[in-house]
Amino acid sequence: MAKTALQFHHNGREIAVFVDGGANLLSALRDLVGDMTPKFGCGQGGCGACTVLIDGDPHLSCLTLAETVEGRSVETLDSLKDGPKLHPLQTAFMEHFAAQCGYCTPGMLMAAKALLDRNPTPARAEVVEAISGNICRCTGYEPIINAVLAAASGGRARA
Amino acid sequence: MPLTVKTFASAGDAAHALSAERGARYLAGGTLVMRAVNEGDLSFSTIVRATDKALARLDVSGSRVTLGAGVTYATILAERELAFLHPVARSIGGPAVRNMGTIGGNLFAPAPFGDFTVALLALDAALSVQSGFGGREIALEEFLASRDRSPGALVLSISFQRPVHSDAFRYRKIARIKPKGASVVTLAAHVPTSGGRVTSARIAYGAMAATAIRAKSVERALEGRPLDPLTIAAAVAAAAEGTSPVDDSLASAWYRREVVGVHLRRLLSGPD
Repeated sequence: MAKTALQFHHNGREIAVFVDGGANLLSALRDLVGDMTPKFGCGQGGCGACTVLIDGDPHLSCLTLAETVEGRSVETLDSLKDGPKLHPLQTAFMEHFAAQCGYCTPGMLMAAKALLDRNPTPARAEVVEAISGNICRCTGYEPIINAVLAAASGGRARA
Repeated sequence: MPLTVKTFASAGDAAHALSAERGARYLAGGTLVMRAVNEGDLSFSTIVRATDKALARLDVSGSRVTLGAGVTYATILAERELAFLHPVARSIGGPAVRNMGTIGGNLFAPAPFGDFTVALLALDAALSVQSGFGGREIALEEFLASRDRSPGALVLSISFQRPVHSDAFRYRKIARIKPKGASVVTLAAHVPTSGGRVTSARIAYGAMAATAIRAKSVERALEGRPLDPLTIAAAVAAAAEGTSPVDDSLASAWYRREVVGVHLRRLLSGPD
């Protein structure tokens, strides 16, 4: 079966790949682009481990048909790092013990980034809502919520 | 096995392709179809999609609301004129799912999913459907009754009368996980009153049958009566009539039948 040419912006860089018919964005990112930051969890839309931002909005990459991102901007956790320097959200996750096994962390960080990009000073309930599509089986969520709130107030202090 | 993906600029052409090929499935937001793909579903070999902007159009200015089938829950939540549907959209998925899932796709979601359709059924929505043989209007209730037996048509848009007053439309979704979780039972009611009496009551349930269904015995118990404790008690007594819920990991069929009346009482009694 023929492959389809696909061009999109991956973390600000233009990328061109050939995808199989029916391939999802997560497999295109991991297998073709080599970006291992989005994780495969359930493949059903239940866990949020594969969350990426498409044109700034959180999407589940495992349920996104790869070719639907043609010409669009896809942002993954890989975009948050700046050499050895961590993003304020990553620092906050570290300081608040918001990662244990770490599998949900990429999705959590992207869901949190989508929130803070739009709403730099969220209320606790807004943080809970923002990560409601992301499952964590280790932390019990409280450290994650605290980390996002800390990153938000940290950002405000800097501004 | 790789699938063939056919992308069309016009919804009409996509509808034609859908009618012409038995093994074709229409992909809108992907939350149902890509899930099936990921699970290795072999019941379809072609994915049909349309990039037609008309599918994402909203007409919310008049008393009759028309929403393109490709409208997402996030779009509903961003539209102030559709505030009465915000609790419905908010009860579905997390933010990512709400950015992806469409109200047209929701019509095809198997129980216990499909909460938006429950609201649309209570609002007596009509669908504009296009197949290879032409376009037609169909009542949502009729569409749901034959949904799983009549593939090959594309839903273009959904329309319904805006509730006359905000208290006339009510919605409740019972889930075990908060703020996000699949439905134990979902209830929607449109109970407009005229001279203190309910007229044209519409009650719809989700997760109480294979598709969203109307609770017609409850509607009959309400019709022409004031929404007082006596009427509500009669409605609650008929709450489980005509339902056929299933056992799943969220609740047993027995439990769903037991609690639907409790939640119906709370829905009809108004804000807690």
